[in-house]
Amino acid sequence: MTEEELKQIKPTVTVDARGTYCPGPLMELIKEVRQQPVGSIIELISGDAGSAKDVPEWLNKVKQEFLGVIPGDGYWRIFSKKVKDM
Amino acid sequence: MSKRVVIVGGGVGGTIIANLLAKKMRPELKKGELVIDVISDKAEHFYQPGLLYMLFGLKHYEELVRNEADLLDPMVALHLHPAIKIDKDKNEVHLKNGVIIKYDILVLATGSRPAPEMIPGLKEGGNWFYEIEACRKLRHELMTFKGGKIVLTIGLPHKCPVAPLEVSYMMDDWFRQRGLRDKVDYTYTYPIGRLHGLEPVAHFAAKTFPKHGINSETLFNMKEVDPNKKTVTSLEGVTLKYDILITIPPHKGAQVIEDSGLGQNGFVPTDKFTLKMEGSTNIYVVGDTTNLPISKAGSTAHFESDIIVENIASELRNGLTPFRYDGKVFCFIETGLSKATYIMFDYNNPPNPVAPSALIHWFKLTYNKVYWLTPMGIL
Repeated sequence: MTEEELKQIKPTVTVDARGTYCPGPLMELIKEVRQQPVGSIIELISGDAGSAKDVPEWLNKVKQEFLGVIPGDGYWRIFSKKVKDM
Repeated sequence: MSKRVVIVGGGVGGTIIANLLAKKMRPELKKGELVIDVISDKAEHFYQPGLLYMLFGLKHYEELVRNEADLLDPMVALHLHPAIKIDKDKNEVHLKNGVIIKYDILVLATGSRPAPEMIPGLKEGGNWFYEIEACRKLRHELMTFKGGKIVLTIGLPHKCPVAPLEVSYMMDDWFRQRGLRDKVDYTYTYPIGRLHGLEPVAHFAAKTFPKHGINSETLFNMKEVDPNKKTVTSLEGVTLKYDILITIPPHKGAQVIEDSGLGQNGFVPTDKFTLKMEGSTNIYVVGDTTNLPISKAGSTAHFESDIIVENIASELRNGLTPFRYDGKVFCFIETGLSKATYIMFDYNNPPNPVAPSALIHWFKLTYNKVYWLTPMGIL
């Protein structure tokens, strides 16, 4: 999705993991993807540059949908969609 | 007209808040201008970090438990009945015995619990040490183990994020002491692509695991366990065989939170600085009960409690709540049976583990003995 399209999205849940080192942004995302119902859109806000790479890799591994990233000033808004039960 | 502060939960957070508030607001309590209630479903207060030691026979249950009533300030009222409903619109807590307690300020300190039932087969095939009976069962398995494959798996969310590492290092030492280490194939799995959520801790683990002979499998999130075949399979498509499966199960919050519509899976949406429930002016949330993406640990509850107490006292006396939680967490990390390190961090400062030492390990052992001063509001 383009940045403009991502900005129009209304997420089902937003996890603001900035400034939280433990358990960390990807762990928070995994927890939410498991807990939310199929069809949910999850926005993860991370201050960790690695998240923009780690999150799509994990989503790809578990066959969930990566929608895209909006880079901010020292943080990244990462959007994903739960497309199947897990 | 007196004000009433009601605390639901008698764990470390709830007990500290009750005791610190009772000390801080002694004059108001004595004049009958303030009432403090603690609602708990357990008469006993259990020191949960002690389970890590109980697992290896290093602590007895009796050393890890006190009566909650003995820990609480005598001016705090203790209600040993489970809360079954919280009505935030009417400012009421409903107890199982039919009593309804009205509050001016509510503190939710209901904690979290392992929920192995969330993963198919885990309850039947897995062993965990986060609960007393489960810890005893796993202890028996370990004491009678002659060798084979041990696999450690981790569910999300879970409390005490360093415990998986600690149990792995301690088990390595423990099997060495028993002369069995060469017969034990130990595999540590982790949900993300490194060995711990905290990057510096992950580096520490990566550096030390080879020395301890600990195998690892990252990006491993439990999908299901087959207790008959003794296998655990991940969402990422990897299957591991085990003789003993040790797990940190995924956790859930309290049923009363879910039943009252206060938060999904029992975790309450909470402001990370004020620690008030989102959308509420008179409900605070402490420790594991928050939905904050921070460590679910006793120290988190402890540091949050200090802020909540200051704000409640300030609010009751001046109508102001100026104090803010800075995300502070402190955790010891046992790196075996004779050495430990520690980490400390907050919202702005990442952790940096120091070199493990016997001194830090002794400090932790000492804290295990003096823990009771923490819920009492002394340490």
